[in-house]
Amino acid sequence: MVQQTRSGMDVLLDARGLTKRFGDILANDKVDLVINKGEIHALLGENGAGKSTLVKMFYGSLEPDGGEILWQGQKVSIGNPAAARELGIGMVFQHFSLFEALTVVENIALALPNPGRMTELAKRIESVSVDYGLPLNPSDIVADLPVGIRQRIEIVRCLLQEPQLIIMDEPTSVLTPQEADLLFLTLQRLASEGCAVLYISHRLEEVQRICHHATILRHGKVVSECNPANETPATLASMMVGADVASVSAGAQKPKTGEIRLGLNNLSAKAASPFATALNSISLELHAGEVVAIAGVAGNGQGELFDAISGELPVAQEMVRIDGKSCGSRSITWRRRQKAAFVPEERLGHGAVPGLKLSQNIVLTRHATGDRLTGGGFVSTARANALEKHIKQEFDVRMSHDDPEARSLSGGNLQKFVVGRELDRRPGVLVVNQPTWGVDAGAAALIRQALIDLARSGSAVLVISQDLDEIFEIADRIAVISRGYLSAAEPAEDMNRERVGLLMAGGAEAQGEVA
Amino acid sequence: MFEAVLLTVITAATPLLIAAVGELVVERSGVLNLGVEGMMIMGAVVGFAVANQTGSGTLGVVAAIAAGMAMSALFGFLVLFLVANQVATGLALTILGIGFSGLIGEAFIGVPGLRIPSLYIPGLSDIPFIGPVFFQQDAIVYLGFALVAGVAYTLFRTRLGLVLRAVGDNHASAHALGYSVIKVRFLAVLFGGACAGLAGAYMSLAYTPQWVENMTAGRGWIALALVVFSSWLPLRVVAGAYLFGAVSVLNLHAQAHEMVNIPSQLLSSLPYLATILVLVLISANRRLTLVNTPACLGKPFVPDR
Repeated sequence: MVQQTRSGMDVLLDARGLTKRFGDILANDKVDLVINKGEIHALLGENGAGKSTLVKMFYGSLEPDGGEILWQGQKVSIGNPAAARELGIGMVFQHFSLFEALTVVENIALALPNPGRMTELAKRIESVSVDYGLPLNPSDIVADLPVGIRQRIEIVRCLLQEPQLIIMDEPTSVLTPQEADLLFLTLQRLASEGCAVLYISHRLEEVQRICHHATILRHGKVVSECNPANETPATLASMMVGADVASVSAGAQKPKTGEIRLGLNNLSAKAASPFATALNSISLELHAGEVVAIAGVAGNGQGELFDAISGELPVAQEMVRIDGKSCGSRSITWRRRQKAAFVPEERLGHGAVPGLKLSQNIVLTRHATGDRLTGGGFVSTARANALEKHIKQEFDVRMSHDDPEARSLSGGNLQKFVVGRELDRRPGVLVVNQPTWGVDAGAAALIRQALIDLARSGSAVLVISQDLDEIFEIADRIAVISRGYLSAAEPAEDMNRERVGLLMAGGAEAQGEVA
Repeated sequence: MFEAVLLTVITAATPLLIAAVGELVVERSGVLNLGVEGMMIMGAVVGFAVANQTGSGTLGVVAAIAAGMAMSALFGFLVLFLVANQVATGLALTILGIGFSGLIGEAFIGVPGLRIPSLYIPGLSDIPFIGPVFFQQDAIVYLGFALVAGVAYTLFRTRLGLVLRAVGDNHASAHALGYSVIKVRFLAVLFGGACAGLAGAYMSLAYTPQWVENMTAGRGWIALALVVFSSWLPLRVVAGAYLFGAVSVLNLHAQAHEMVNIPSQLLSSLPYLATILVLVLISANRRLTLVNTPACLGKPFVPDR
């Protein structure tokens, strides 16, 4: 019924039975998708549902194993991205598409078939970018630019190709709410000019706000199509997951004033490289029993702050205190012995060694903290294996066989493992950077609930996250980091998205400079 | 005296310059080829052998370039298509080159060599001082300068150079935009091999026109160091190469005239020390260095099709 009203003269792209297989995994299984001209079409699904695989076939970076693509009624084979751009398909990538060492104009020239002279291209970039309200300076080097501007480059690069279809992969995950609003205006203007947008996101509120139609993928198959305006975020989420998502409960309110478990005292650090962020006299106190969240757009000093607290980046002794003990220049192990635990953002390569088994990865972070995993220079394999089994059960880590290498786990499962490994210690202070990044809704709820439960049992939990939904779901107090300045942590009930957005866009900086 | 010193500086610097600028292109594409020494020594022996057999210096040079390219093609095949470890493969290439060149060159030890003729431009070459220094060099010296200028122009002013830098900066993005990362890198590796072969030919046909086993004596490694310490900028490679040439020639004169009372071992190590020291100081500008460092240097790339 829906399909009938949607086919007709206005069909821009019609994919029929697209199939893509990677080894044993069927990433896309006979996917049908129709995109009309001037439509903002949402592609929804959990991580691993096959969204990226599907759009990569539209953009020519993957070859379908079966099925066909009709472009304006003609059967086409899109052999490579250049062919896609020639048809009028542009793509705004979320990751891996800009060259940091090159200038804005060089980055854009690389995506155009005939860029012409650099000076003329620079003028075109300036005029198009200003025209769409996305001003750019063509001679800037990308490495120097914040994430929001980098996305502008991608969008302007797309616009210069005069596309009829723009594919956007998770465009708002790195933007402040205000920047996202600006993006939505641009998208709506493009749609009104007849350009179609294929919009990949898992932020259901924004899909409801701007999308005309939604296709939902699960395990590589189209499970449903709908008009998002007629749905609620809850119904969209259950279509994506295939079951109702458990909601996280904050439980009993936190004890009014527990003792201070983690204290940051005028924490400052110089930028270690031209691409890093300096930390500017950051002060924060975490009490027993509470979850404090630090919001902020990626690349504003979250990684550096995490490193300073965990001990990867040594600072002056009194700048970091754990349970009253100054430890700014102490080692990570020393801090772990003070019942602190740390979960870094990058789970594979930082949080876990890809080529080591899970039990060996457990030994790496927990050898010094009373589990008797090592003794006399030897590793107790039996105790490590027992812990691995325990964590696997407790946190529902799914694996194909016993004790696999870390790299063989899917992103969500590995995240459950690295968080679970630290939670299982019942740490007194837990610092976690992006606890549910790239994790499906079910696992995310499990992790968030575990963080809250840990805090309620008397620990202090610091969550660094770029996901505002997550922050408002679990945090008792919220602070915002911007260019290495941290705003004062305020009770979550006194904060709202607008205020957080303003702080993200530099308000935190102003506040930090005054303080 | 000064004129003679300057002339020897130019001959000492030229092979370094050519090998380094070739390796610079390879590294800008994101590939680390540690086999420069091996490719150079193969160029030296093949160039000498062919020139000796045919009596033609030009043929010798062409053969040396071909030998360097053949070596680099082997390297490129292993690291780009079979995704072998670049460091290990490059080291193996050097060992292979040194051993194989000894085998080929056995028959040519002690055989008198052939020197590539210097150019003679009527009028210009006769100007005192300026003539011999600037207008009486052999063709490879001029070719070396043309190479540097050409590489610098191509890298920063042409689309080809932009694509090369893009591939070296972020191969995943370049692939996503539809550029053939492997093809670009393979061509860059071949170019590096050709340059190393030419540099080798200069050693055995111009610098010291004879074949001596292991005659490149670590110049391939110096070329590699020059590339890194010059922050992958072609004009700085020239500065580094000439500094090395100058100090090594001064050192020879110092030893010959017993001008200073310093142990000869220390003097012999001076060019290496001085070059690295100066280039380390130049590359102290970390921002410039980081922006110019190919971010994907040495990282294997496997397209996900």
